[in-house]
Amino acid sequence: MSSRTASIARSALPPAVFGVGFLALWELVVKGFDLKPYFLAPPSKIWQKFTENFDLVWGATKVSGTNALVGLLVGTAFGIVMSLVLSRYRVLSDLVTPLAIALNAIPIFVLVAVLNNMFAITSEVPRRIMVTLVVYFIVLVNVARGLTQVSATHVELMRSYAASEVAILRKVRVPNAVPYLFTSLKIAAPASVITAFVSEYFGGSQNGLGSRIASNIANSKNAVAWAYVLGACLLGLTFYVISSLLEGAATPGGGSKRAKKSR
Amino acid sequence: MSAVEIRNLGKIFNAGSSNQVDALVDIDLSIASGEFVSLIGPSGCGKSTLLRLVANLLEPTSGDIAVNGKSAKQARLDQDYGMAFQQSGLFDWRTVVKNIELPLELKGWDKAKRRERALEMLELVKLADFAEHFPWQLSGGMQQRVAIARALAVHPQLLLMDEPFGALDEMTREHMQGELLSICRRTGSTVIFVTHSIPEAVYLSNRVVVMSPRPGRITKIVDVTIEGERTDATRDNAAFFAGITAVREALRGVEMSAHVRGIEDR
Ligand SMILES: Nc1ncnc2c1ncn2[C@@H]1O[C@H](COP(=O)(O)OP(=O)(O)OP(=O)(O)O)[C@@H](O)[C@H]1O
Ligand SMILES: [Mg+2]
Repeated sequence: MSSRTASIARSALPPAVFGVGFLALWELVVKGFDLKPYFLAPPSKIWQKFTENFDLVWGATKVSGTNALVGLLVGTAFGIVMSLVLSRYRVLSDLVTPLAIALNAIPIFVLVAVLNNMFAITSEVPRRIMVTLVVYFIVLVNVARGLTQVSATHVELMRSYAASEVAILRKVRVPNAVPYLFTSLKIAAPASVITAFVSEYFGGSQNGLGSRIASNIANSKNAVAWAYVLGACLLGLTFYVISSLLEGAATPGGGSKRAKKSR
Repeated sequence: MSAVEIRNLGKIFNAGSSNQVDALVDIDLSIASGEFVSLIGPSGCGKSTLLRLVANLLEPTSGDIAVNGKSAKQARLDQDYGMAFQQSGLFDWRTVVKNIELPLELKGWDKAKRRERALEMLELVKLADFAEHFPWQLSGGMQQRVAIARALAVHPQLLLMDEPFGALDEMTREHMQGELLSICRRTGSTVIFVTHSIPEAVYLSNRVVVMSPRPGRITKIVDVTIEGERTDATRDNAAFFAGITAVREALRGVEMSAHVRGIEDR
């Protein structure tokens, strides 16, 4: 075994052992104390329901996942464009940045209730707009920071080369902002999934993971609801893993190994 | 024609506010083409500020500066000088060789020519094996050498260097001093060189400008008269020691009057 795979195994082993142990304990507690199924279903039962209802869970995952993905892509694109505009106009940035930071701190996804009123009852658009908004602010704040917080020496150096503002943007600001973009994606990807679920609680079609969880709980089909929760976990995890892999691929010399030290 | 002509130069930071700093007052200095001039003085006496003014990265509060007979601004736009900063200022996302290529890239050189010159410069600073490394994989001294290679890459007529050898060990430092002098001999470059080391200033320079702080001004200009080409033997030369003594005396006057430290005596 090479040292690289050995080190991955070493770091993956403890959480894996913990996860298996946790599931075993869960199973034992439910069986041992004879907990009622409407109170807590054992993992074995949840897995059984998950495989039985796989097509349904997969269908609901596709609905929520598409909403999250569309919102993530559109929000990221808008966030990048807007941060470029803000970095160009200082005044605007001073106005918008505090606002964006404040908006990041409040659960704006409740706005979906208002958006629902504006579109047809079966429309997925309000949910996608909601995800877009959440992602947009996360990306905007981070990328704008990356574009403006460049090293003073770098800017002086570029000025000593008589470089234009455009050249400074291309050679200094944009490359400096790339790690910030991927950091923001790592935050925004799970947030987009969560927003997609939660916005399903505010009406509209009953087709996504969020609404299926709610309706199954309402019908006391606890284990089935947990099967959808499992689907939700896997979806969130997928988004996170993909955004992490993207970060590693986009950083010269390999991801987090890059030291943020001296200049 | 003199390479740099500084007349009545003054620089005040935050003028009028409570944290006003008189960084430089009444600076007069004329540097001939091909001359090597060092600036030495306690920390905070305005050496970096003076260099930045010549580079037109700062605007003077009073007085004026001419570089190659032009305004400092025009000289910057024409890229008449190369500068090495106190911080190496390398770009983390570029490999070592790409860092050195940057000024050439901005000058619009084609790829092959850029690469050739950059590798030549890396050879010079003895880092040829590290071309494809990233700066954060290098030691502090190695990073500083890359920054020097980058400043030299355009073969500038005027070199502005702010404590470029500060992070180097003694051996590398002496090697780099020799290399710098031989480059200057070949290209006929004029150099303004900031340092905290008296022997370094004397070894390299035709003249050593001694400065004092608060407000920053020139207290003495020491002429170094060492015959012939400077080699390692120069370090045992009587004229070399005479220069060191003269600079030390001048600095001692500064120290006595200002009660400040920051000069290395090595
Ligand atoms: N941008 C700035 N704004 C305000 N004050 C400044 C600025 N740059 C320098 N100063 C002040 O000007 C004075 C001279 O600074 P400078 O950096 O030129 O000193 P120095 O001689 O290079 O010192 P060192 O040897 O420590 O590098 C200092 O008192 C410093 O605080
Ligand atoms: Mg300085």
